[in-house]
Amino acid sequence: MTTELLYALVGVGLFSLGLYALFVRANLLRKILAVNVMSSGVFLVLVALARRTGAVAPDPVPHAMVITGIVVAVSATAFALMLMLRIVQETGRAELPDTWSE
Amino acid sequence: MTLGNYIAAPLLVSGVVFFLAGSAGLLRFPDVYTRLHSLTKSDNVGLGLIVAGLAVQAESWFVVGKLLLVWLLVLLAGASVANLITKGAMQRGIKMWTPKI
Amino acid sequence: MDAQNLTQWIFDTLTGLGLLCLAWMALASSQLIKAIVLFVAFGLLMALTWVRLDAVDIALAEVAIGAGLTGALLLAALAKLTAVQTATSKAAHRSPKDRAARKLYRMPAALLLLVAAGLAYSVLSLPLNSRGLSIEVGANLDASGVGNPVTAVLLNFRGYDTLLEIFVLFLALLGVWSLGSLPPHRIEPAGPVLNTLVVVLAPLLILLAAYFLWAGAHGPGGAFQAGATLGAAGVLLQLAGWKPGPGFARLPWKLILLAGPALFILFALFTLVTGQHLLEYAPERAGILILLLETGATFSIGLTLAALFFGERPDDAEGR
Repeated sequence: MTTELLYALVGVGLFSLGLYALFVRANLLRKILAVNVMSSGVFLVLVALARRTGAVAPDPVPHAMVITGIVVAVSATAFALMLMLRIVQETGRAELPDTWSE
Repeated sequence: MTLGNYIAAPLLVSGVVFFLAGSAGLLRFPDVYTRLHSLTKSDNVGLGLIVAGLAVQAESWFVVGKLLLVWLLVLLAGASVANLITKGAMQRGIKMWTPKI
Repeated sequence: MDAQNLTQWIFDTLTGLGLLCLAWMALASSQLIKAIVLFVAFGLLMALTWVRLDAVDIALAEVAIGAGLTGALLLAALAKLTAVQTATSKAAHRSPKDRAARKLYRMPAALLLLVAAGLAYSVLSLPLNSRGLSIEVGANLDASGVGNPVTAVLLNFRGYDTLLEIFVLFLALLGVWSLGSLPPHRIEPAGPVLNTLVVVLAPLLILLAAYFLWAGAHGPGGAFQAGATLGAAGVLLQLAGWKPGPGFARLPWKLILLAGPALFILFALFTLVTGQHLLEYAPERAGILILLLETGATFSIGLTLAALFFGERPDDAEGR
């Protein structure tokens, strides 16, 4: 088990934690947090696997992909937060209508 | 270990000790104000010691300047943010902890 | 196992455990403000992990965008959430308790364990050493016009991905603007401490952004880190009470917003029209072209991120 595999497994764990929280939590802000944790897990797997090159410098292509991914994640988060605020304004609750337990 | 390492090691270790003390204060103190007090003071000194330890081993004066700039910025940001948090806490009516004798 | 290897193992294990614990606490905590603050701390520990994995460019981007700007966006959304919930009349009752019956959690947990096991198995079955494309990128680095391999991949070899990414950022801003406006929420007028902080930090951040832009050609840095620093300066100004005035929606600002996407499209069309492949630069001109592209991208990324933090169209905001 090398360093890279350890961090890749941590990334898998983060992805699973985020996916579980995405299913189970009803509040939309918590869902957005869960999606961000999932994306961090994916980035960790990519970068950990990019360092398997041995003595040479790490593979820069996954690094570029992760930088792209971070920017896309913040754009999606900003848009999702605005959607959530509009849903709260329209319905009064920060949850989707099919999760209301009444 | 070179001479630089011998000088830098105690500086780095004492910086870490200050950080640990600040985190212990963060966990153990009773309210927001005392926790901020412990955190800002000990973290500033701890960071200063770590910067000193790294500056001893730096390659050039340019790197030393950059490290000093990092420390000054953390001082500035830490002090201002602690003030802002305290103002916000007082506005929310968080009361200061009084010792029970 | 020698001492250095052992300390590396202890560090890596503690960092990994810290990441998992912070993520767990952020997702499981009862108060939203606690969840957001723990998420920001998670982002900072993630930046440390990137440095450990020799990905310094990603560490810069993560700290600026992932921990800083995402944290600011989440905290602003939480503040607006409580403001909107008290403003709308339908929000008389609190949302139902965020806890279903225990039995309801068993099936998702079991499925997730299966998914995690499958992913872990596929990760573990990958070869331990894989060069990837590092040798090829290194061989073509001189022809790319920059000295930093990540910048070369981002802006030269995979320039098309970066073009699409700039457009994603622009589309997110359009989406946020098209959703209309929220009821106004009160911003505290800035006290002397915040004023001084912003007065000192905003010019410093602009200088730092210029440094990142220039240094990205031969060291860690680049357009995204520089743009995120500019966006942070914009967020700081807004927190100190600066609102975009009536002139904000006018043409000059829109031109700056469009600078990044427009430059990319122009370069792409130019290379197509002159008979080369899409976004293929001649090696002797690649350095200056990349610098131009990065400058436009920096300005538009910075302004887009600051506008995303503001939330609504400046035209809508000034009408109240």
